[in-house]
This record gives sequence, structure tokens and C-alpha cells, in this order.
Amino acid sequence: MSARTLRVALPIFVLVLAVAAWHAVVHVFAIPPYVLPGPGLVLSTLVADGGLLWRSLMVTLTITFEGFLLAAVGGIALAVAFNQWRVVEYSLYPYAVILQVTPVVAVAPLLLIYLPQPLAVLACAWIVAFFPVLANTTLGLSSVDHNLLALFELYKASRWQVLCKLKLPAALPQMLAGLRIAGGLSLIGAVVAEIAAGSAGAGSGLAYRIAESGYRLNIPRMFAALLLLSLAGVAIFFVLSALSYLMLRRWHESAVTRER
Amino acid sequence: MTSQARAAVSLHGVGKTFESGTVALRGFDLAVRDGEFVSLLGPSGCGKSTALRIIAGLSAPSQGAVEWPVGEEGAGKIGFVFQEPTLMPWADVAANVRLPLELAHTEAPAAVERTLARVGLADFAQAFPRELSGGMKMRASIARALVTEPQLLLMDEPFAALDEINRFKLNNDLLALWQELCRTVIFVTHSVFESVYLSQRIVVMTPRPGRVFTEIAIPAPYPRDEHFRTSADYAGFCRQVAQALSQAMGGAS
Repeated sequence: MSARTLRVALPIFVLVLAVAAWHAVVHVFAIPPYVLPGPGLVLSTLVADGGLLWRSLMVTLTITFEGFLLAAVGGIALAVAFNQWRVVEYSLYPYAVILQVTPVVAVAPLLLIYLPQPLAVLACAWIVAFFPVLANTTLGLSSVDHNLLALFELYKASRWQVLCKLKLPAALPQMLAGLRIAGGLSLIGAVVAEIAAGSAGAGSGLAYRIAESGYRLNIPRMFAALLLLSLAGVAIFFVLSALSYLMLRRWHESAVTRER
Repeated sequence: MTSQARAAVSLHGVGKTFESGTVALRGFDLAVRDGEFVSLLGPSGCGKSTALRIIAGLSAPSQGAVEWPVGEEGAGKIGFVFQEPTLMPWADVAANVRLPLELAHTEAPAAVERTLARVGLADFAQAFPRELSGGMKMRASIARALVTEPQLLLMDEPFAALDEINRFKLNNDLLALWQELCRTVIFVTHSVFESVYLSQRIVVMTPRPGRVFTEIAIPAPYPRDEHFRTSADYAGFCRQVAQALSQAMGGAS
């Protein structure tokens, strides 16, 4: 079998094996559904509660998307500002790091006190997602080929020209890598905030559904919601990877298949 | 001035000390005539690249001065070819060659096309740098340097990374371009053979700190071709230049 078929076939094989084992364990030990529902029950719950879960998924995805967008714009803008004015970098970089290393689970309850709930959730998604964009873009902007910089200097390029025609295009691969990480992280941020908010009693996102189903011992719905959530994460990753591939395929080594 | 060839650029007592304390150049004098093909020859680290960057205005001399003919400020009229092709990988060949015009806000699609044809890349305008061979990348780099029709072309060991077959071919094409365009060329190299083949005059430099050891004229007529490369004259010039270079390095062979 070719490497390509194996790459598709092997994960599917593992999935089938895991689901079969899951089903067998539930069946053989007669585990009640409120402890561990079988895969069949999870799927039928997914269908039965489809409308409710779908609406919740949309709520969570909207927040994720907004958080991601803000993280992308904020991260790139801040990276450009860092690159253009050293004063800005020296002043703000430590705080960007602090924001990043403080666990968002611990910050979320605080944010929920001071901000209206939708805004607090959005803030969490943003806090978690913006740092990789910032860090990667900063790295990309500062690792431009020195000779190309000299060339731009030789032709008396303005600062603006150096940024738009040289630094930003050169930083594109790192920027896209940052965005790819940010996509998954903004989902995590949204989920964490929703769960924190859920205990306060409001919200309708998918993570809130998980928390709520837990309290009600509706374990099959918990699993169904979890399944949707992880599928959403996978979808985000693929969309961003595809975007990255499309933007880099003509020129960057990462997107070009090696010829042998 | 009444001399038959006016100066293109001259350096007077130029010295360069880097922040690290390394003295790259000391008391470096050079006068290049308009339309001349001059090579700076010396071992790695003798400051020849530094001299080139000072002429280009990319580096400020610590002592001395660079003098341009009255009314002609150097930059804007200079083309620079680096040791590496130094192309923007995200832009195709045409966009890379167009860059100097774009930065000056001039539109000249005809100039891009004409220059690409001159270096033999007419069919590769839409190709991306990674799709080109080493020699073709260097041609694109030369096209970019020529597109603004500079008075002075500075070349920093441009062919050092190429194989011999490509190097010979680019040597010939460069000479053809030089004769066609009548521009001044300052060519930095560490190859005795390359400098003899190309230049009218070779400036042999001493290492650390770099200064002029001697100048050798190569009075062989142009066009030079493969016959010149295998001639006794060529061998003689090479021997003379190699001896000078070895003396410049301190006499040790």
C-alpha cells in the first residue's frame, strides 16, 4: 500500500477499533448510559437533539470566529507596531507574555464579573488566541533577508514600502502558522469561558450544553456535544491549513512537495 | 575636466572600523573611470565587499570620503548584485525585476521586458525564483540591477556559488551586456581567473585591513571569448596577477 493510502486508512482503522471496543465494553459489562453511553446512543442523541446542539454549536462558533478575527487583527497589528517602534515593543511585550502565561481558566471568572457575559467569553477567546499570532508574526517580520533589506535601502524605499512590500510578505509563512494555532486556541478560549459562565447560570453555547447536561446526568448528550465540539476544532484546523497552503503554494518550501 | 574619460566614482583614504573593532579597510584609494570594468581582487575578509557597500551608500566610511562627479549623487544610479541572488521568493521573476521601478513609483513595463530579454530570461517572467536554476536566479538578479539603467553596476562575487560552466557563460553574457550598455562595472571577486577574463583593470587588495596593494591593467582587447580564455596572453596575465596576490597576502605561497 502506498504511504498516502496508509495515512488515510490507518487512522480510520484505529477509529473503527476504538469505537468497537467502546461498544463492546458498554455491552459486555452492561454499563448504564448515565455512566457511559455506547457509541450508538451517542449518535442517536446527536440526531435527536440535533436542533438544540446545532444552535449551541453556532453560538460557540460565532464567538470562536469573532475571537479569532480579533486575535488575528490584534496580533498582526501589535506585531507590526512592535517591529516599527521599539518603544512599543519594550513597553508592551512583557504584558503580552503575562497575559499569555496566566491560565485563562483562572482569568475567566474575573472577566465574567466585570464584563457582560458575551463580551467576557469573547475576551477569553481573544486572550488565548492572540499571542501565537503576535509571537509568530514578530519573528517573521524580524527575520527578513538582510540583503533584501539592503536592496530596499539602496533604492531609497520608504519605511512604508519596506513594511508592505518586504516585511509583511516575508512574514506571511510565520503569520499563517500563528493563525493556524490561534484557530484552535480561540475555540478553547471560548469553551473555557462558556464553562466558567455556565456555572453562573447563563449562556447557550455548546460548552454550556456540556456543563448543563452534566448536572442533569444526561451523559449521552454530553458526549454528543463533545463530539460536535471536537469536529468543529478539526474543521477549523483544516480550513486554516487549506488557507495557508493556498497562499504559500507557489513559493514557500513548506507548501511545496519535494521532488525526488 | 579635460581628461578623455571622466571619473565615475572615487574613494579617498576610506577606512572602515566595525563596532566589533575589526578594521575592514584602512586608507583605501580607488578611482574608477566612466565606462570602466574594474575588479577588486583579494582573499575573503580583505574588505572588498565592505568597499562595495560603502560605494553603494549601504555603509558609512569611518574615515575618508566617496566622491561623485559634480551633479551626480551616487545612489539611484547604482545597480547592486549580491553574492546570493537575493530575490523575493513570493514574487515572480517579472515582479522581482520590476521592484526598483516600483519603489521609485515609475511604471515601465517595457523596461522590465527588455531587461529580461537582455539577460535571456524572456520566457521566465512568470516563473517563481524557486523554479529557477542557480544561474537563472543570478540572471534575474542582474536584470533587477540593470532595470533602472544605472550608470554604475556593483557586483559582489555574483558568480562565486555557480558551477564553472554557468560561470563561464555568465562571464561572457556580462561582458556582452557591459559592451552594449557602456556602464561602469566594479566587480568583486576572489578568483584570479575570473578577474583577468573580465576586467580592464584589477585592483589587488591586502587582507586585514584592506588597502590597495597594486593595480594591474589587462590590456587584452574586447570582445573576449573562449579563445582568450585558452590563450598564452591570458595565462601570462593570470600568472602576473596570481603573483601579485600572493605578495599581497604576505609573500607566502
